[in-house]
Amino acid sequence: MSATTPSTPLPTSVFRPGDIARAASGGLAANRLRAILSALGIAIGIASMVAVLGIASSSRAELLATLDRLGTNLLAVTSGTSFVGDDVELPEMSTAMVERIGPVEATASTTAVDAAVFRNELMPSGRTGGLAVHAADADLLHVLNGTLASGRFLDTAPPGLPVTVLGATAAERLGGIRPGMQVVIDDERFGVIGVLEPLELVPALDSAAIVPRGVAETLFGTSTAPSTLYVRTTPAQIDAVSGVLAATANPENPEAVEVSRPSDALAARDATESTFTTLLLGLGAVALVVGGLGIANVMVIAVLERRSEIGLRRALGATRRFISRQFFGEAVLLSGIGGLGGGLLGVGVVAVYATSRALPVAIDPGVPFAGVGAAVLIGAVAGVYPAVRAARMSPTEALNH
Amino acid sequence: MTAMPSTEQVISLRGVHKRYPGGVHALRGVDLDVNAGEMLAIVGPSGSGKSTMLHIVGTLDLPTEGSVHLAGHDISHLNDRELSGLRARTIGFVFQQFFLLSGTSALDNVATGAVYTGLPPRERRARAAAALDRVGLGHRVDHHPNELSGGERQRVAVARALINDPQLILADEPTGNLDSKTEAQIIDLLQHLHDEGTGVLVITHSHEIAATMPRQVSLHDGRIVADTAGRHVGAPA
Repeated sequence: MSATTPSTPLPTSVFRPGDIARAASGGLAANRLRAILSALGIAIGIASMVAVLGIASSSRAELLATLDRLGTNLLAVTSGTSFVGDDVELPEMSTAMVERIGPVEATASTTAVDAAVFRNELMPSGRTGGLAVHAADADLLHVLNGTLASGRFLDTAPPGLPVTVLGATAAERLGGIRPGMQVVIDDERFGVIGVLEPLELVPALDSAAIVPRGVAETLFGTSTAPSTLYVRTTPAQIDAVSGVLAATANPENPEAVEVSRPSDALAARDATESTFTTLLLGLGAVALVVGGLGIANVMVIAVLERRSEIGLRRALGATRRFISRQFFGEAVLLSGIGGLGGGLLGVGVVAVYATSRALPVAIDPGVPFAGVGAAVLIGAVAGVYPAVRAARMSPTEALNH
Repeated sequence: MTAMPSTEQVISLRGVHKRYPGGVHALRGVDLDVNAGEMLAIVGPSGSGKSTMLHIVGTLDLPTEGSVHLAGHDISHLNDRELSGLRARTIGFVFQQFFLLSGTSALDNVATGAVYTGLPPRERRARAAAALDRVGLGHRVDHHPNELSGGERQRVAVARALINDPQLILADEPTGNLDSKTEAQIIDLLQHLHDEGTGVLVITHSHEIAATMPRQVSLHDGRIVADTAGRHVGAPA
């Protein structure tokens, strides 16, 4: 065991990886509360980033599913204003003309009715509650891909009867109207035959009472010209159709026609959300940097507090490098634990949030792993200075304090 | 314990000076030879340079002037890794403050003494159990330092110093934190280890303790003023 001649190679000290891990975890275990608190800083940073990314991807998944369900091949043609600022109605024939465009699959139109809807005759006439009345074609629901919350749509009602289908918001604002009840539209009683689910593509109709065209014409003198014409096209031809719609719907005043794509509004919501996501990610990154500083701080204190351990370990045969490895390992372990906790917490937050909003839980499994990786990286950066400081400490100074 | 012949020198100091930044001249030309298996005390009042002797003899610090040989190696020719390895195998340290890792069992504290030798953990724990047996603490392996008396803690520290079968136990005021009854037990233990063949060097301010040792080296103002080596040199009984 003993080297007797100076020429024999000396058995050098070694520090096995397993022993580094044991020494590092032992150091943390000796001061658990402080370890937990400093790891918490990293955990919060990682959790917030994972949660932000997870919530963003969950709501995007929801949006894509919605668009998929509703279809992006719907176009809306609305009457607009002429060059001189006059309101220009769509011609009565516009529906028929648009239907003649090849790739158009279906059309339906609505016309605003100059009337207000109330729960009963006792309501003061000024309080419309922001609710509108629209006359509509019987196949409107089909073209909009809408669904009924309860009851039936206009297509099942015998023509000429004063019946109405309420949008989701309208039914709620009128005081929880259900099919079978009656509402009053400009002193006329209308039987409610159905209530719609919210129409994601055309939210304006949510706060409207929809009545059959014929009834509106007879009772309120509503024009048969559409105010808004909804057009379903074959998906591949949507741009081409969009290009000719204005001229087809109103050949005399194509400039007074507005063509829009309702699904664009939903996509715009996504764009807004990703701006927010970027902002929140930046905040998460700041939290992470602060967490890293916390770890560096705690490790510097640990090095000072554990001078005697450093001196002892040097006496037991640790080289300077072993000492630095131990403290470096401790910093990495600390932030790694924080990262792992933060990753789990972040995924948990996404799961709870998505479930509570009935969104799909869509999180890239790489995100929490990348979070742990980022945490380890931060711990490595934070651990360099304390580790070097521990290694530089002379064993005699360390033992004397 | 050691296979070394009794004439083998574990430690050899020649013309050792130690000056600290700030002008303190702690050691002023010290010559000291410690043979394998020898038991001795370095005794001196505070400020005599005892602590510096501990650090120089323990190779924790280098002299400003002069040479230090550890187990035949001139330590000024060794790098950190070699010197650390040699230190781990040649010297077992015992400190006044014990320096046990709190929250770690007696067995694991002792096993820590062999961490840097490259032995697998299982082997280290087996040796630690044997070392605890040697110091009479075989029944306390799972106790944590805060569950042990001062004397028992120092026994754990002695066991940790023994785990690598060192040629020399270097004990710095090993009874400084203990009452006189416990002090006698620890000195007895060191005597017993010496009888089994391990070298023991005790650094102390107490002439009473030094008097129990076969050899006394008196240190004063950084110089060796007396050494009874002439009368006691050679293998112990």
